[in-house]
Amino acid sequence: MSIFLLFQIEVLDSALRLATPLLLACLAGLFSERAGIFDIGLEGKILMSAFVSAAIASVTGDVWLGMLAGICASLVLSLIHGVASITFRGDQLISGVAINFLAAGLSVVIAQSWFREGGRTPQLSGDARFSGIDLPFANTLADTPLIGPVYHGLISGHTILVYVALLTVPLSWWILFRTRFGLRLRAVGENPASVDTAGISVVGLRFAAVMICGILCGLAGAQMATAEPAAGFVKDMTAGRGFIALAALIFAKWRPWHALYACLLFGYLQAIALRPDLIEAALGFSVQTQLLDVLPYILTVVILAGFGGKAIPPRAGGEPYVKER
Amino acid sequence: MTLTPKFLTATAVIALSANAAMADPAVLFDLGGKFDKSFNESAFNGAQRWADETGGNFAEVEIQSDAQREQAIRRFAEAGNNPIVMAGFAWASALDEVSADYPDTKFQIIDMVVGQPNVRSIVFAEEQGSYLVGMLAAMASESGTVSFIGGMDIPLIRNFACGYVQGAKAVNPDINVISNMTGTTPAAWNDPGKGSELTLAQISQGSDVVYAAAGGTGVGVLQTAADNSILSIGVDSNQNYLHPGKVLTSMLKRVDNAVYDALSAGDGLEPGFNVMDLSNGGVGYALDTFNAELISDDMKAAVDAASAAIVAGEIAVHNYNSDESCPVFEF
Repeated sequence: MSIFLLFQIEVLDSALRLATPLLLACLAGLFSERAGIFDIGLEGKILMSAFVSAAIASVTGDVWLGMLAGICASLVLSLIHGVASITFRGDQLISGVAINFLAAGLSVVIAQSWFREGGRTPQLSGDARFSGIDLPFANTLADTPLIGPVYHGLISGHTILVYVALLTVPLSWWILFRTRFGLRLRAVGENPASVDTAGISVVGLRFAAVMICGILCGLAGAQMATAEPAAGFVKDMTAGRGFIALAALIFAKWRPWHALYACLLFGYLQAIALRPDLIEAALGFSVQTQLLDVLPYILTVVILAGFGGKAIPPRAGGEPYVKER
Repeated sequence: MTLTPKFLTATAVIALSANAAMADPAVLFDLGGKFDKSFNESAFNGAQRWADETGGNFAEVEIQSDAQREQAIRRFAEAGNNPIVMAGFAWASALDEVSADYPDTKFQIIDMVVGQPNVRSIVFAEEQGSYLVGMLAAMASESGTVSFIGGMDIPLIRNFACGYVQGAKAVNPDINVISNMTGTTPAAWNDPGKGSELTLAQISQGSDVVYAAAGGTGVGVLQTAADNSILSIGVDSNQNYLHPGKVLTSMLKRVDNAVYDALSAGDGLEPGFNVMDLSNGGVGYALDTFNAELISDDMKAAVDAASAAIVAGEIAVHNYNSDESCPVFEF
């Protein structure tokens, strides 16, 4: 009976993999919402990218081409969201819902007429999927006590997209809080009129944010469908991760580093839910896995209710910008 | 005005051809679509086999949403198709409502029971097929630990797990069986990512044979098992070919036979409750060129003996659905 059982290397390793698509999607939502565009279409964009990246990877045999195509597909949906909610000032939530439906239907219909496998892509193998990368010295250090297992088992051996997702966190922080572009992007989500007064295009900035969101969702989709252990697209395979990412975004109060912590926590909760035996061994009693599955949502509700500091969304979020006449 | 007789003739011809199609049976597929490599495709194969052998035709539809179910059944019943076969438990409530309006039409539903006088209900003894693959898993395992991954946590899937554990324990009473369910919502049927992670978690607990009864999630399970060089077991239709030499076997549900038999019976289809089990070839395990090297003669002999004993009633496999509990495993 030891609490340390809950932090086995395998569990943490799994948590990191499970957190990756959440993290990418969460940062995608972060950029979009910081610029004042709510995006509940994250799920649809990830799904579309998952399908297109798996389909192109399976046809060309090159996972990088697949990833690029997936990002393009996600960008197209982002563009639709942008045109609907920025250019035509439509309701951002409705546009997001429409994108989710569009992606869920379109991916299966195209997959079915293309591959005739019941809305799936063929299973990917070899160069058509991202495989794990062994970091330098991972094998030589493997037997070193303490550092060895952590470095070899936990840090090394993931696919490139896991590392990309982790590096995106400091990059996002730097862009948002240390560059002029980031300052303007945040301002456009708080008070677009002042940005407009300064002679900067609100529409342009918001489109830029939505496009960044599209790229990150594209990466998340590619991770879900083509990075080991995944090997192909199955209909509706995102299974709500886009919404968990939104919960993580609120949990993180729209901040990049906190998004990392929130996604790692949510990933960890998902990973430990896979090991009811460890929970029983560590705590001495069994916990329903369903309880662990809902914990991310419960935590988000707790945060929303005002415990642990108030979560204040960007002030101009959800409102289309109308220039005063 | 000279055109009018032509229109009338055309209408008459159409009416005639509709009449000609009157006795044709119809097959209604579920949301997965008829090329799902699994349940629906198996139903389609049965219907196609009947069409090839008899030269007959059958009407068919792949619905796109739940809302179309009632309308689809009515349309085929109005068109005079008989019998009307539907694949999947989700058709039950629509059929229950509609069947009484068409007392002269015979219906068949697969995987669910509808208690109407003109409906034939087919259910499969999944626990018996799972028992056999559980035996194979226990015999193939070197680590003494085997595992099960279910899709959505419903009694139907627990029945698969319960049969599997019974089979494994029949071979090796000390065997350790791990069971995980993917989730509690329909999303659990299509989450290969979680299937992969569950498989990795079970591998880290020592499992070297994993049985997936999880729909699209199973694709991830079989893939991860193959990537990590452990054995896997497919479900519903023969999935041995997905990863040749790495899928130990597949638990077969002969949906194709159920459809074939219904179409062959035609108007003489007998209503009532029917169980497809080992005795009538309704369930079984797959043996083909892809897994021939994995199943030794001893294993085959043991499983075939158990199969005969189940048919003869000497081995009773507990059905989870009968009392919502499993004597050998606690969920």
